[in-house]
Amino acid sequence: MTKKTKTMNLNFGPQHPAAHGVLRLILELDGEVVEKVDPHIGLLHRGTEKLIEHKTYMQAVPYFDRLDYVAPMNQEHAFALAIENLLNIEVPIRGQYIRVLFCEIGRILSHLLNVTTQALDVGALTPSLWGFEERETLMTFYERVSGSRLHANYFRAGGVHQDLPRGLSEDIIQFCHTFPKVIDDLETLLTDNRIFKQRNVDIGIVTKDEALEHSFSGVMLRGSGIAWDLRKSQPYDCYQNFNFKIPIGKNGDCYDRYLCRIEEMRQSVDIIKNCIDKMPSGPVKNIDGKITPPPKKYLKESMEALIHHFKLFSEGFRVPEGEIYAAVEAPKGEFGVYLISDGSNKPYKCKIRAPGFSHLQAMDYLMKGHMLADVPAVLGSLDLVFGEVDR
Amino acid sequence: MPITVNDLERTVNSGLTTSVKKSEINFKQLFVDVNVENLTSTILFLKTNDKCRFKQLIDITAVDYLGREKRFKVVYLLLSHENNLRIIINVHIDERVIVPSIAKIFPSANWMEREVFDMYGVSFKGHPDLRRILTDYGFEGYPLRKDFPLTGHTEVRYSEAKKKVISEPVKLDQEYRDFDFESPWEGTKYIRQEEEKNKVKDK
Repeated sequence: MTKKTKTMNLNFGPQHPAAHGVLRLILELDGEVVEKVDPHIGLLHRGTEKLIEHKTYMQAVPYFDRLDYVAPMNQEHAFALAIENLLNIEVPIRGQYIRVLFCEIGRILSHLLNVTTQALDVGALTPSLWGFEERETLMTFYERVSGSRLHANYFRAGGVHQDLPRGLSEDIIQFCHTFPKVIDDLETLLTDNRIFKQRNVDIGIVTKDEALEHSFSGVMLRGSGIAWDLRKSQPYDCYQNFNFKIPIGKNGDCYDRYLCRIEEMRQSVDIIKNCIDKMPSGPVKNIDGKITPPPKKYLKESMEALIHHFKLFSEGFRVPEGEIYAAVEAPKGEFGVYLISDGSNKPYKCKIRAPGFSHLQAMDYLMKGHMLADVPAVLGSLDLVFGEVDR
Repeated sequence: MPITVNDLERTVNSGLTTSVKKSEINFKQLFVDVNVENLTSTILFLKTNDKCRFKQLIDITAVDYLGREKRFKVVYLLLSHENNLRIIINVHIDERVIVPSIAKIFPSANWMEREVFDMYGVSFKGHPDLRRILTDYGFEGYPLRKDFPLTGHTEVRYSEAKKKVISEPVKLDQEYRDFDFESPWEGTKYIRQEEEKNKVKDK
């Protein structure tokens, strides 16, 4: 007797709590086994790259906050690095330390969200309640330094916008003392949890070669056992001054990726502590008035400062002709900016390389042969934010 | 044994010989120009050559140089983990040229090429599934081309009368404003044009 097989098409999303945003998946199912996945993306497409082409370099920074909106400053960092390279300017050492400090805060923000929502997807509610409390604290640090909790607009070409307000370093150190306990608590809830392991171990396995073939980066690559982190291999700003470890996975499954993220948070806490300990004094941004605005107090006294201020906020600065690709290790993977300048005050072309785009692309390869219930688990471990996938 | 970017330039030039139209090193990254016919062989060489080992495709994008004879530049960014090096491959094409797809060499090229197609209208030969990717269902035009207006051509809204979402031509209450920030210190455009005319006359 021949078995009759009939595949069924299932529409997942665009509005689905486990999709972490607006994602539409067309699933081809054979019973409960997934045969094919066709992700439809672009539901959050805002034309960021087009908009950036029509804005001056300084006006373009806020668009980067709106890409991966759980770790906004890491994105700004890539853009700032690209411009600095083209302009060939230095960032004062204090500025570099502040940038590293906030990038690591961003990493914790992103990993906390991912780990806890991944747990939520497979049925654990408590981690997200605990994790989000810590995210709230971290976002107040963002707020104190930049004025807003999410869309910071804090990193500039040549440094950061303003120095840290009084008392912030102490509060961040305080957080670093209490936060490892929270990671421990999360781990007691998840790491050895039977249900969590059943849902994640051996699910969505990626081999080393496949991870490279599919352009994976960040935790997706390290979870498969490839020791690659741009902070170590192509250090930018002052990352070479820090001593930290890069956790790598063994099996390349969802569980290993979860473990990597947990360990990365611990390493980030160390970097933050180190950063504040070693924080040198001095200016936080390049003092060239043609690139960064002068301090407000000078505006009343110095004609030169007033002119610079006016010119910067109307015309902006001009970037010499050239093209460059600058990448940072964002929490989700390699976030890059491919920038072409034609010598004017606006980018001629700004291509944003988002890690989530390639990760989501591999959905079909990852899901083949898995059960329908594994879709949210794998989706969760890819760490997608649609702001950056759709741009 | 990792190689430096200068070694890489030599390897690429000796390995690909005539395929390389131009190569230069900027900001420690190697930029290589190749012809569209040699694209697949170049990428394959970079991926499989023992010295190069560009195992990862980072991104594919295009640039629109409106007004040039070869209007588009398709850009391939590759990364070698072993050598810790990046290479950028540029292919200049005119509007009608169809670029060979590299989805067979790098599976991740699939969506990247779809994005280039969606945004610039550059077609790829041999692509398994060349559909639009980021824009809306039924979208027309190629948004990242320089002659595509920032505001787009259509806007959507919910029509109470038809009880569905409809798209209509964009209506702007105010014309799109594109500020000219020409520096008055450098002289505004018309003055400079006058000056240049005078210069020509003087000669």
